[in-house]
Amino acid sequence: MNAPVAKAVSRAEVEDFLFREAELIDNWRLKEWEELLDEDACYYVPPNDDPEGSHRNTLFTIADDRERIRQRVIRVLDPNCHAEAPKSHLSRIIGNVRIVSVEGDLVTVAGNFILHRYRRYERMGEYVGNLRYILRRVGGSFLIKERRMILKSHELGSLGSVSFIL
Amino acid sequence: MGPNGSYVIDDHEKGLFLLDRSVHVSEEVLRREMSNIFAKCWIYVGHGSELTKPGDYKTRRVAGRPVIFVRDQKGEVRCLFNTCRHRGSIVCAEREGNLRRFMCVYHGWIYSNDGELARVPGEDAYTEAFDKTALGLKRPAKFDHYKDFWFLNLDPNAPSLRDYLGKTTDYIDLVVDQSPSGKMEILPGTQEYDVAANWKLMVENSVDDYHLPSTHSTWLNFMKNSGVVVEPPKEKGLVLPTKGYAVDLGNGHFTTDNVNFRGRPVAKWIPLYGDAAKPEMEAIRAELVTRLGPERATRVADTNRNLVIFPNLVINDGSSVTVRTFYPEGVDKMHVTAWALGPVEETESARARRLDAFLTFYGPGGFATPDDVEALEMVQKGLANWQDDRWSEMSRGMGREDGEQLNSDEFHLRLFWRKWNAMMGAAA
Repeated sequence: MNAPVAKAVSRAEVEDFLFREAELIDNWRLKEWEELLDEDACYYVPPNDDPEGSHRNTLFTIADDRERIRQRVIRVLDPNCHAEAPKSHLSRIIGNVRIVSVEGDLVTVAGNFILHRYRRYERMGEYVGNLRYILRRVGGSFLIKERRMILKSHELGSLGSVSFIL
Repeated sequence: MGPNGSYVIDDHEKGLFLLDRSVHVSEEVLRREMSNIFAKCWIYVGHGSELTKPGDYKTRRVAGRPVIFVRDQKGEVRCLFNTCRHRGSIVCAEREGNLRRFMCVYHGWIYSNDGELARVPGEDAYTEAFDKTALGLKRPAKFDHYKDFWFLNLDPNAPSLRDYLGKTTDYIDLVVDQSPSGKMEILPGTQEYDVAANWKLMVENSVDDYHLPSTHSTWLNFMKNSGVVVEPPKEKGLVLPTKGYAVDLGNGHFTTDNVNFRGRPVAKWIPLYGDAAKPEMEAIRAELVTRLGPERATRVADTNRNLVIFPNLVINDGSSVTVRTFYPEGVDKMHVTAWALGPVEETESARARRLDAFLTFYGPGGFATPDDVEALEMVQKGLANWQDDRWSEMSRGMGREDGEQLNSDEFHLRLFWRKWNAMMGAAA
């Protein structure tokens, strides 16, 4: 009776989940966003000159474990987080979503993102890249075990700080 | 501008120091900085560890110049101008890689990785006056290193690198002493972030400990949340939990020198690292004591130092070690490049701890650097009123004796500005 879970996961379900996550992050509803994270969730932004590197031996832009994510959310929601006071206006489009693999209850997902960021009445940057998630199937939905946001630009300089949740 | 074409008013008698804000907004000042400072000083290019094998190269812009930082086939580290001798194209467009030869795509001139001109298509169309041996890629007038930190100098009459670095080598040595073999390496992964502010504001910010409690209150909260005891200042005049000094290293170089409270991968444990890290960190410290003696081991492990090598290299030995350089892309924009540095023989777990500690504070996704960037950009915006609000107040700590100047004073910032002012041609 161990039918492959793969058949039980549809791209539409994954997309709905990613779109829901995007809505929460873009609107700074980060406490609700944290409810989408598994207890051992990780969040990575690797450097664009070594996107396949490991955060244990390569300098990333962001390499958070679950506790660091919790601290990051506390920090960016604090009015004294000057880099995000006033808050950036964020709008991301997620597309080209595909299910890469399914192993047991773990679903590996790939996709593309385009994120526009506005702040202080200026356009701050256009963050473009690939996303790679490991989701855990829980009931009728998912929890995020790992989210990896890989920036495509040749140089990161013009993007400035990544002081929001990418 | 003040008397004698000076950009500062430096009144020792009254204990006042004022800086003309035109230095951060004037196009004319930036033009003269290119000739008087960036074309005269030793400017950081890269670290030898970035080029491990013959043929390894990195292309970068240094002092505004496109260069190839490369290890040639004989193993020599070189700095070549990335400009074809024929008609001027760059000869290497990749950011990094490994090549024996660089080929100009325009007409196919080929240079070996020591810069010599190796091949010219259709060479028989030239007269005998055409001297291939004199047409190698040009190089900066001087190129030298101290402990694998490589610098160029565009001025053939410049002093030697060792004379230029002067007493800063004592502080570079304190960083390098983290390594049992005396060998440090740049770790993979580069951080880059542009800041919409004048480049000199980053010099100030890199060593200005006065700003820490206000700019970085969320970082201090994070440290507290992670179990670090951040005690209120115990002495009058302090703004930080522990005492630190600002130290004059001559030639416009300076450093902070602080008793650590924020943890150090080498080798001061804080709860953030987790209990499992304790035995390894004790072993790292024991090795320091055995190799360096207890006094020097304490200097290496229990102090953090933010070192400025004039004009635009910062080595911060704080929450981790970062090498940071920045270059103006206009009066109100700079490009910052930052790397992590660690001992070559570091274990996998110690390396991971070093990188994790780095990200708690530094970089575009760190818990502190984005707020520094914000502060500098807000300064630049405020400076738009410079013509009606001309002078920045930088007198903090002027009443204190030399040697007693704190990291949270502005003594070291004044050292920078005096040197900068003199190089920009102000009469003393």
